[in-house]
Amino acid sequence: MQPDSILTTHPVSATRRQFVRSVIYGGLAFYGLPAFARASKPPLGHVVIVGAGFAGLTAAKYLRAWSMGNLKVTIIEPNPQFISCPQSNLVLGGSRTLDQLSFAYDLSRKQHGLHWIQDSVTSVDLVNKQVQLARGNLSYDRLILAPGVDFNYSKIPGMSAPVADIPHAWKAGKQTLQLRQQLESMPDGGVFVMTIPTGAYRCPPGPYERACQVAHYFKQHKPRSKVIILDANADITSKKGLFLQSFNGAYQGIIEYHNNSEILRLDAASKTIKTDFETVKADVLNVIPPQLAGKVAQVAGLNNVDGRWCEVDFVTYASSLQADVHIIGDSISAGLPKSAHMATSQAKVCAAAIIDLQTGNAPNPLPVFANTCYSFVDNQQAMHVANVYRYDPAKKSMVSAEGGGVSAKASVQEGEYAQAWAENIWADTLT
Amino acid sequence: MKQIYARILWACIAIWSLSTHAEDSSATHTLAASCAACHGPNGNSLGGTPTLAALNQAYFVQRMQGFKDGSVTSTVMHHHAKGLTTEEITALASYFAQQPRQTAHALPHQSFLGAQ
Ligand SMILES: Cc1cc2nc3c(=O)[nH]c(=O)nc-3n(C[C@H](O)[C@H](O)[C@H](O)COP(=O)(O)OP(=O)(O)OC[C@H]3O[C@@H](n4cnc5c(N)ncnc54)[C@H](O)[C@@H]3O)c2cc1C
Repeated sequence: MQPDSILTTHPVSATRRQFVRSVIYGGLAFYGLPAFARASKPPLGHVVIVGAGFAGLTAAKYLRAWSMGNLKVTIIEPNPQFISCPQSNLVLGGSRTLDQLSFAYDLSRKQHGLHWIQDSVTSVDLVNKQVQLARGNLSYDRLILAPGVDFNYSKIPGMSAPVADIPHAWKAGKQTLQLRQQLESMPDGGVFVMTIPTGAYRCPPGPYERACQVAHYFKQHKPRSKVIILDANADITSKKGLFLQSFNGAYQGIIEYHNNSEILRLDAASKTIKTDFETVKADVLNVIPPQLAGKVAQVAGLNNVDGRWCEVDFVTYASSLQADVHIIGDSISAGLPKSAHMATSQAKVCAAAIIDLQTGNAPNPLPVFANTCYSFVDNQQAMHVANVYRYDPAKKSMVSAEGGGVSAKASVQEGEYAQAWAENIWADTLT
Repeated sequence: MKQIYARILWACIAIWSLSTHAEDSSATHTLAASCAACHGPNGNSLGGTPTLAALNQAYFVQRMQGFKDGSVTSTVMHHHAKGLTTEEITALASYFAQQPRQTAHALPHQSFLGAQ
């Protein structure tokens, strides 16, 4: 295959009609631009985005919108549809179905004139500025890696590879349904054990939200059953006081929280875990594995923080190792919670910076953005953590501004806000 | 050459967008875009939170300053307002006031296809 063969097999050189249609964004058609700006070759270059999750899809949309269609954007994503991790714990609790969290990509793709390749990137040629796919190579002017997380099973003693009936359900999809089915077929009086890894992982409050959702289901349908959390961390890593209100309140006698409980030995056949303190046998076992940057970032050699995460410049999200490769979302090392809101905010800063760089302008040196993250403790009540983050050039990091914080307690009102958050972030990402 | 071409183009875009978005800087539209997770694309909420698009500028400032100094009580917004400067609040007010109110696209729901 020729290096650029994919380009020729896909509708790259848009006709003028297609081009004009693709730059109509948010009700704005830019009739005021001179004729040369509407030429079919995108004047600001070609950005290839690996991964159409929260980060990648958002970057694609805003690159097109803010460049008024003058950047060509190609997305590479193997999955045929978007499945939201946010709210996937509610599928375990029984108040959502996976269908409610599944979305088509078509609208975003058409609306923003994205070139779309349903495939996986297997490697990156940083020198020749090309990504390799199963079906050939594709050249880029700038590359955005947004592959989410990969799981490191080699760190789990006794379970060095995935085991079919021990789901992680940490990427929403089949495994979410599998875990729900296991909970449904578990007899009353059974034990659900969930392990939480140390170090950064996607969605810090996510495991505790999951414990509440499983406990909510047990409380209604299997009241003699237990949830045991084996947390390798020294303490609850997010919204601690709020989760303790639920663990010691509504779910007292159902949820047991065990800290410093690193897995010393896991026996997959008997679903037994040995820690420093005890040996626990599960009826349903959910191992959330240690995590690192998505595989493609590892293959590209850009996971330069502890061999796990990617170091980037928070003004442009360029890799510290490779100026024309930008990395956004869960794969980066930011010292910030890995959340969907964070991923979309990073994507927007990155998109604005890429447009500036491609036009020879200096990107905004002091990015600011917000993060709000809700957790549901049952089918109705939720609680938040919310912060503004601003770039600190001296520390070279995004630091949380004063005044952020968490709810006083979980409430039905915040449950409604949490639903509004989900629908609005889905709309922002997918339309 | 390519660079010069790009700069000319950018100048055109900048002039065009200036005429429609008077005080909108890239810093402001990027910050404003991070409100979308709760308040919808370009401030057009799908429901459950206020729509910020085309909101009266003075009202936006009054509410946000109130959340910031604690004179207006809120569930969540004080955690954001306190983290923003008065200049940022003013810039956001002006940005959102200029955004058109639009009927949001329906979410592209689809049944789970079972692939992932
Ligand atoms: C149970 C759970 C609950 C959560 N709840 C919340 C919540 O309430 N609020 C919140 O803000 N966040 C929540 N999160 C976190 C949120 O889901 C992640 O932070 C977010 O998905 C990160 O976005 P991303 O784009 O980096 O990764 P993803 O959304 O995972 O997207 C990565 C994409 O890249 C694709 N990809 C990977 N490798 C390749 C390759 N080689 N080639 C092509 N494509 C590739 C993948 O198929 C995938 O589509 C939750 C997470 C979990 C697991």
